[in-house]
Amino acid sequence: MNRHEPLIHIAKRDAFAWWRAWLVRLVAVVLALLASALFIYALTKLNPVKVYRAMWEGAFGTPRRAWITARDTSILLCIGVGLAPAFMMRFWNVGAEGQVLMGGCATAAVLIYCGRSLSTPALLGAGLAASLVAGALWGIVPAVFKAKWNTNETLFTLMMNYIAIQLTCFFVTKWENPKGSNTVGIINQKTQAGWFPNLAGQQYLLNVIIVLAVTVCMYLYLRYTKQGYEISVVGQSENTARYAGISVRRVIVRTMAISGAVCGLSGFIAVAGASHTISTSTAGGRGFTAIIVAWMAKFNTFVMILIALLLVFLEKGAIQIASQFHLNDYASNVVEGIILFFLLGSEFFIQYSVRFRSRRNKKEAEA
Amino acid sequence: MTQLISLLTSAIVFGTVILYGAVGEIVTEKSGNLNLGVPGIMYLGGIAGVAAAFFYEMHAGHPIGIVGLLLSFAAAVAASMLGGLVYAFLTISLRANQNVTGLTLTIFGAGLANLFGGSLNTLAGGVGQISVAVTSRAYRAYIPALAGLGRVGQLLFSFGFMAYLAIAVALGASWFLNRSRVGLNLRAVGEDPATADAAGVNVTRYKYTATCVGAGISGLGGLYYAMDYIKGTWSTDGTIEALGWLAVALVIFATWRPARAIWSAYLFGVLYWAYNYITGLSRASIELFKMLPYVVTILVLVAVSLRRSKESQPPKSLGLSYFREER
Amino acid sequence: MAEEFAVRMVDITKTFGHVKANDKVYLELRKGEILSLLGENGSGKTTLMNMLSGIYFPDSGHIYVHGKEVVIASPHDAYALGIGMVHQHFKLVDVLTAAENIELGLPGKTMVDRKAVAAKVRQICDRYGFSVDPDKKVYDMSVSEKQTLEIVKTLYRGANILILDEPTAVLTPQETEKLFAVMRNMRDDGKSIIIITHKLNEVLAISDRVTILRKGEYIGDMDTAKADARSLTDMMVGRTVTLNIRRDTPVDPERRLEIRNLTVRDAEGVTRLDDITMDVYAGEILGVAGISGCGQKELLESIAGLQNTVSGSSVKYRPTGPDGPAEELIGQNPRTIAEKGVRLAFVPEDRLGMGLVANMTLVDNMMLKEYRAGKSPLVERKHPHDMARQIVRELEVVTPSIETPVRKLSGGNVQKVLVGREIAMEPTVLMSAYAVRGLDINTSYTIYRLLNEQKRRGVAVIYVGEDLDVLLQLCDRIAVLCGGRLNAILDGRKATKEEVGYLMTSLRKKGEVGA
Repeated sequence: MNRHEPLIHIAKRDAFAWWRAWLVRLVAVVLALLASALFIYALTKLNPVKVYRAMWEGAFGTPRRAWITARDTSILLCIGVGLAPAFMMRFWNVGAEGQVLMGGCATAAVLIYCGRSLSTPALLGAGLAASLVAGALWGIVPAVFKAKWNTNETLFTLMMNYIAIQLTCFFVTKWENPKGSNTVGIINQKTQAGWFPNLAGQQYLLNVIIVLAVTVCMYLYLRYTKQGYEISVVGQSENTARYAGISVRRVIVRTMAISGAVCGLSGFIAVAGASHTISTSTAGGRGFTAIIVAWMAKFNTFVMILIALLLVFLEKGAIQIASQFHLNDYASNVVEGIILFFLLGSEFFIQYSVRFRSRRNKKEAEA
Repeated sequence: MTQLISLLTSAIVFGTVILYGAVGEIVTEKSGNLNLGVPGIMYLGGIAGVAAAFFYEMHAGHPIGIVGLLLSFAAAVAASMLGGLVYAFLTISLRANQNVTGLTLTIFGAGLANLFGGSLNTLAGGVGQISVAVTSRAYRAYIPALAGLGRVGQLLFSFGFMAYLAIAVALGASWFLNRSRVGLNLRAVGEDPATADAAGVNVTRYKYTATCVGAGISGLGGLYYAMDYIKGTWSTDGTIEALGWLAVALVIFATWRPARAIWSAYLFGVLYWAYNYITGLSRASIELFKMLPYVVTILVLVAVSLRRSKESQPPKSLGLSYFREER
Repeated sequence: MAEEFAVRMVDITKTFGHVKANDKVYLELRKGEILSLLGENGSGKTTLMNMLSGIYFPDSGHIYVHGKEVVIASPHDAYALGIGMVHQHFKLVDVLTAAENIELGLPGKTMVDRKAVAAKVRQICDRYGFSVDPDKKVYDMSVSEKQTLEIVKTLYRGANILILDEPTAVLTPQETEKLFAVMRNMRDDGKSIIIITHKLNEVLAISDRVTILRKGEYIGDMDTAKADARSLTDMMVGRTVTLNIRRDTPVDPERRLEIRNLTVRDAEGVTRLDDITMDVYAGEILGVAGISGCGQKELLESIAGLQNTVSGSSVKYRPTGPDGPAEELIGQNPRTIAEKGVRLAFVPEDRLGMGLVANMTLVDNMMLKEYRAGKSPLVERKHPHDMARQIVRELEVVTPSIETPVRKLSGGNVQKVLVGREIAMEPTVLMSAYAVRGLDINTSYTIYRLLNEQKRRGVAVIYVGEDLDVLLQLCDRIAVLCGGRLNAILDGRKATKEEVGYLMTSLRKKGEVGA
């Protein structure tokens, strides 16, 4: 009777204890690190343990390095947090890169044009507002088309990234300093007008505080507000949303405005709080990496902290190895890719149970 | 006139890179897989080709161009198909999210390619940048007698063989999708896998094959870029990634038709290079000019969704996984 | 003797979960005949045929094709045996042409020879009187063209046993006539055909024999020549079963909803609900009977503000009886309806896809309709929490906790949660669609009890149902829909099962609708 039963039977799991899910993910990370170690060994013939120690050194070896790791983690985290509401609504916002750049450009514009006329607190306020608006705008445009005409949002937001990149290049040539360098240079280098102030003697403490606050707020927004509730209903079932009297279009546009605004805020922090300049590497692919951060964390902004930290650790560590062993920084992307592949694959074993057709069954089938 | 010829020539070279990327992605997307790993796959194809040629030229005393060409071509196709296989395994068998998997593939491919591209020469004990001059020359060879036939000759015959191969591949893909039985089944898989399944089409096998073959074609774009466009060197400036995303844009612009992608690719090339031939542009406005391909792609995307013309829509199941139990 | 039969299905049993969809069903199809497979919704007709066409695999039983026992494990196997089924939901790819759909998945040469396909299609068409344009895209086709294409597709693949699942449900009378003519041509050519239907006039018009199923069981078969509408109805609906559902006499029923000229057309312009005019009274249960897809969904959704209606349609809500103020519900959405103070409860057919959010917990599902209340931007979970507790306790919902996603609950418990929430809003109008579908006996009785309580409280209850015994013993009045039209409104205490069954399946002429 069962002669067509396939060799492998895959069924969706009904319940899977949270700790087992995390165990699976942990195993995935360990396997990925082993695979990366193999890769590094093949490349450098170095003891992988030594290499991982070097990576640790690179990320946390000195207080300065640890703070840079914290700074970069917080920007990546901030973008991921910005993407959370969009993903929770099942809206594929792959436009974070552009939204970050637009936020960064807006901040840079404020710092450059008003640097002499406004005080630092006023500059920061204006920069913040400008970056929020710019990011939100970049999020709203594809959302409106999605809501009204169901235009594919993945492709639309993807294209918006490159428009933002070219706009950034345009501004860089406009604000070039010194002339001919094709960079903006450090903005307000002498006056430090519009820069984040040092807190407790730490240059990047404010960045971390702001991002942690945003992370907590977003968590609360998604879990405990009416708007957050609407987002999850729309994401789960538009039909139910209509049944409950929720205006799906309005929720889509509003949520993308928020998503874009938080991504724009990341641009603000990256410019006013970290690099004090603007270029396409202000986002530097983090808009794409953050998509993975947000997706892996299943919209839980606290889990995002862990994942963002892991990725930045790998990046910093790989840069360290690269300089120690005369490779280039891209080694980090390879290790990052390997780990993400394993993590992506591991989700399958959390979602589904796999049973092989046992021999006993086979005999029964033949009988 | 000379200017126009020169613009068109550079547009064709530029267009060829993204044409490969786009045709490969069209084949992939026709199976319902939205692979955002195109830039990564182009990177893989490029670096595999360069690395194969590099090792060949290093070890052979008197490297022969055509051998390097064949080796690097085979390596490029193999590496990019391998990239496609990773994507296919994760999204089809392990049912991972297509967007996230594709982006990861892009990060991975770019990292691997730039790691080797930047360090290969050092690793092999050499100094400075990697260069595979002999092989690259073979890629760029053309028939001087034909290219010498005045302007027309220059415009039509002054390219390496891969520029013509790209057109052939696009036309072949067009024929395959529209005329062949397998292509018909493939289109059905991308549109409506349940129906295709009911009609006896092996959906999983089609998705795997289309994704891997599509990746193989996309990877050739990276190879052409490395061997022809930048003449057998490597540059870690991220150009391939930008071109890769442009290839994804081209798929939309060509509304999923390989034949239409041919002239669209050249049009993108013209749009991209036009600033060189318009006098009096500031550097700032040049940057705005480079935005054009993306802007027109968005316009096409919007127009397609407004018109709701059934012919120009993305494949209906694009981005979705298919499980038979859910029919 | 055996080869007299094209198909024999013996003792076929198929269980889904704990529901027996088919219980030892017997079916025989003779060569060159048209057999009607008759039964109400949920009687197991489609399940049986899906086993013949390889979609499902029977738990037990035997299938013989042309006298030989066979195993049909996939649609592919079915085709190999010459069995082709035309499903209610067409399996066609929209952007492909007719010819491409026909060729899809077939083995053959590298290139599709369009001319040869077209020639063969034309040959089939000429033989049976179809008309199919091989180059026409499916998205340009009307429903009847698509159906024709499906039939041609099965014939092209060599089917000589054809199964048509409710083919006339989507056709106009003219198109139905055309279809029947082709079916007769096919029969005369030696094809054996099974038509699934529940329209009696069609059974009598087209088929040679009829097999009747009821609640998953085989009831019998007879030559159509010896049958008439009454005898078939009797077999289809069966003897009246006493359910002992309590039914009080309505106390001071007053008019709560006035439905006038309600007409709904779908996106394709097909009329789904045709000029419905009727009243709904507070303190009574109004049953809505009809074959599925006859406008029940559109009726409820129009009242709830979820359907686009044709202009001229009107649903007036009168909170204090016919002379009081009125609120027009048409042109509003669920939110504005609620904001106007109309407490409208709606238990939709699609419980997890519309009434509830499958992945959300019981508590979060409780908030679905009331989360907006109050000025605070934060949601208030205290009340939903208590509500979930109360519903779990009072309706005996089996769940690990009130923080469990509802998708993990069994069907009956899901329904208790949904009905419980809707009742907790203290509605003045309560609409339910197939409220007991798939539920066990005990849960069903719980639902009846709840509906009766609401009726006593003076709520206007609308009960869309499919089990005629329940409709007849629960409802005060029964509106019978047929093809989107209101065919009759009957007194629930006087109507008979046969009467309702007949009215569901045979449309009366306009103007005959009584009260």
